[in-house]
Amino acid sequence: MSDDITPELFTHLARLAALELEAQEGEYLRHQLNNQLKAIHELEAIPLDEAVSATSHGVTFPPEIAPPIRDDVLAPYPHPEEIIAQAPESEDGYIVVPDIPHTEL
Amino acid sequence: MQLCDLPAYQLVEMIKRRQVSAVEVLESTLQRIQAVDGLPGSLAAEGGALETDKVHAFITLTAERARRQAEQVDEAIRAGEDPGPLAGVPFTVKDIFCVRDTPSTAGSRILANFVAPYTATPVARMEAAGGVMLGKVNLDEFTYGSSSESSAFQPSPRNPWDTSRVPGGSSGGCTAAVAAGEGPLSLGTDTAGSIRQPAAFCGVVGMKPTYGRVSRYGLIAFGSSLDCPGPVAHQVRDAALMLQAIAGRDPRDATAANIPVEDYLARLEEEVRGLRIGLSPDYFRITYPDPQGEGFRQEPLPAAISDAVMRAAGRLAELGADIVEDVPMPHTRFGIPAYFVISRVEAASNLHRYDGVKYGYRTPDYVDDLNEMYRRTRAQGFGPQPKLRILMGMYVSAAQYSQQYYTLALRVRTLIRGDFEAAFDPAGRYRLHALLTPTTPTTAFPIGDVYGDSVLMQYADQLTVPANHAGIPGISLPAGFDEAGLPIGVQLLGPDFSEALLLRLGRAFEMVTAEDAWRQRQPPVLNGVRG
Repeated sequence: MSDDITPELFTHLARLAALELEAQEGEYLRHQLNNQLKAIHELEAIPLDEAVSATSHGVTFPPEIAPPIRDDVLAPYPHPEEIIAQAPESEDGYIVVPDIPHTEL
Repeated sequence: MQLCDLPAYQLVEMIKRRQVSAVEVLESTLQRIQAVDGLPGSLAAEGGALETDKVHAFITLTAERARRQAEQVDEAIRAGEDPGPLAGVPFTVKDIFCVRDTPSTAGSRILANFVAPYTATPVARMEAAGGVMLGKVNLDEFTYGSSSESSAFQPSPRNPWDTSRVPGGSSGGCTAAVAAGEGPLSLGTDTAGSIRQPAAFCGVVGMKPTYGRVSRYGLIAFGSSLDCPGPVAHQVRDAALMLQAIAGRDPRDATAANIPVEDYLARLEEEVRGLRIGLSPDYFRITYPDPQGEGFRQEPLPAAISDAVMRAAGRLAELGADIVEDVPMPHTRFGIPAYFVISRVEAASNLHRYDGVKYGYRTPDYVDDLNEMYRRTRAQGFGPQPKLRILMGMYVSAAQYSQQYYTLALRVRTLIRGDFEAAFDPAGRYRLHALLTPTTPTTAFPIGDVYGDSVLMQYADQLTVPANHAGIPGISLPAGFDEAGLPIGVQLLGPDFSEALLLRLGRAFEMVTAEDAWRQRQPPVLNGVRG
C-alpha cells in the first residue's frame, strides 16, 4: 500500500505545524503517521446511518448543568512583572521578538 | 508499617486527634522518597541508567513548601481549628498542573523553565482542604503516551512491582509514587486512560470522573473535550475522600458541570445487593496492529486478565449483585481509531501556544525572522510525541474537505456513547448500574519494548478510551496478579455522574477481597525499606 503522507505532503504539514525538522527525524515521524493512518482507516469500515450526528463532547451539557456565564468584570493579575519575566526576552515591560516578516496580501 | 504507608483517611483521623503531627507524617514520607525514589527526572540526566532499582517518580520535590504547609496544619489543630478533610495528607501532583511558584514542565523541554504564576483548581482545593503538596511527578511528555517513557525528564518512572517495567502512563509518576508509599494520594489526569491504565499497572486505585466533574482550570491542555483530572490512591475510601475535595463547579472552567457534588463517603459501605453489573464480550477481545504492517487482528485477552475479571464478577455476585452477561458494546474496537483523529486535532490546536514568545523555551540560535524562530523553537523544544500529534492534527484538519476524518470520528464517537447509553438505560434491555471490564489488555510491559511504536503504544488504551469518548466515569481497582507477579486491574464504568455508585462497588470489592492472599503482597521496591 502506498503511503498516504508522501514526503512532499509531509513537508507541507511540517510547515503548517511550524516545525523545522531534520531529515532523519522527519522520516521517522512520517512513517509513524502513515502507520497511525492505517488505524484511522478502520473508521471507514463502520456502517454509518445518515441519522448519526457528530458528538463533540461525550456528556451532554444542557443549559441547566452548564455554569452560568460570569459577570464581565476586570480582574487584573496583581504581578504583571512576573508574567513578563517569563518571556525569553523582554525590555521595559515589552516582550521582544525577532523581525516580524510582512506579507503583501 | 510506617506512617507513609497508612491510608489518607487514617492519617487525617490520627492528625486531628493529635496522635501524630502533620510534620511527622511528612517527614516519614520524605524519608520514603529519599529511600526509594533515586534521581529526579531532569533534562540532563543519563545517570538514571545506573539506578535501575529506583522508582524515579519525581521531577520536582518541594520539601520546604510542604514543611510550611504541614506546620500550618499542626498550628491550626493546636489552635482548635479544623484544617479540613485532607488535614496533613501528603500528596503528589502530575506535572501537567500549574502550581504557583513551582516549575510546571509537562515533562517537556519547551516548558522546562516555566514557573506557573497561578495554581490549578484541583490542587488549590486539595491544599485548602489541608493537603500537603510534596511536589510534581513525572509523566509522558504533555501526557502523550501510556508508559511515561516519553518524558523529556529522564530517568522516567519505573514500576515499583518490577523496576525493569514501565509504570504505565501517562500518570505513571502518580501511580508509581502511590504504590511505593511516596504520599498516599496523587492528582492525575485521564484523556484516554492515563489514570486507570497506570493504576492497573501499579496495583493502585485510579478514577477518571465524569467529564466536567472536576475543573480543568490550570491543567495544561491536551484534548480539551476528553481531559479529566482525578484521584490516584491506595484504597477506594481515599479516592472518595480526594474526589470529594476536588469535584464541583468552578467559575474558571466553563465545562465544569453545575451539578451538586454527592457525598461520596456517606454511602460508601452500603450493600451492593441487587445492583446490575454487566460483562461484555467486546471487552474480552483485544485489537492489535498486525506486526507485518497490514491491517489489524483481534485476539482474546490474556487468560490471567480475563480470569481476574471473572473472579471479580464472582465476588460481587457473592455480595448479591446481579451479573448480566453478553452485553453488546460493538463499537469498543473503534475507540482508538476515533481517538487518533479527535485527540490529535485538539492537541495540535492546544500546542500552537508554545512559540518561544511569551514563556518557556526559545531557540538560542540566530534567526532571521519570527517564523524561523517559531520553527526552530518548536523543533528543539518538543519531543517526538508532541510533534506526531501536531502533524497528525494538521493532516486530518487539512484533509477535512476530502476525507472528512474529523466529522467521521465525531460520528463514531456518537456510536460509542450510544453503546453505553443502551447498556445503562433504566428502561432498556440491560439496565446496568455498571459495566465490569479489564482495565488493560496486558500487564506492565518492559521498559523499551513498546516505546517508539506509536500505534502499538496507543492500543494500550483500547479498553479505557471508550469512557473518555463517552464522557462517563470509570475506576480501576487492583484485582490480583499475573504469573509474573505483576498487578492486574479491573475497571468499573458507570453512567454520567455515577461516581458515588462506582466507589461503593469498588469499596465492596475491596472489603470482600480484604483477606485474599494477593492483597497482602507488597511491591519488591519496598523490600528492606518498609521495616
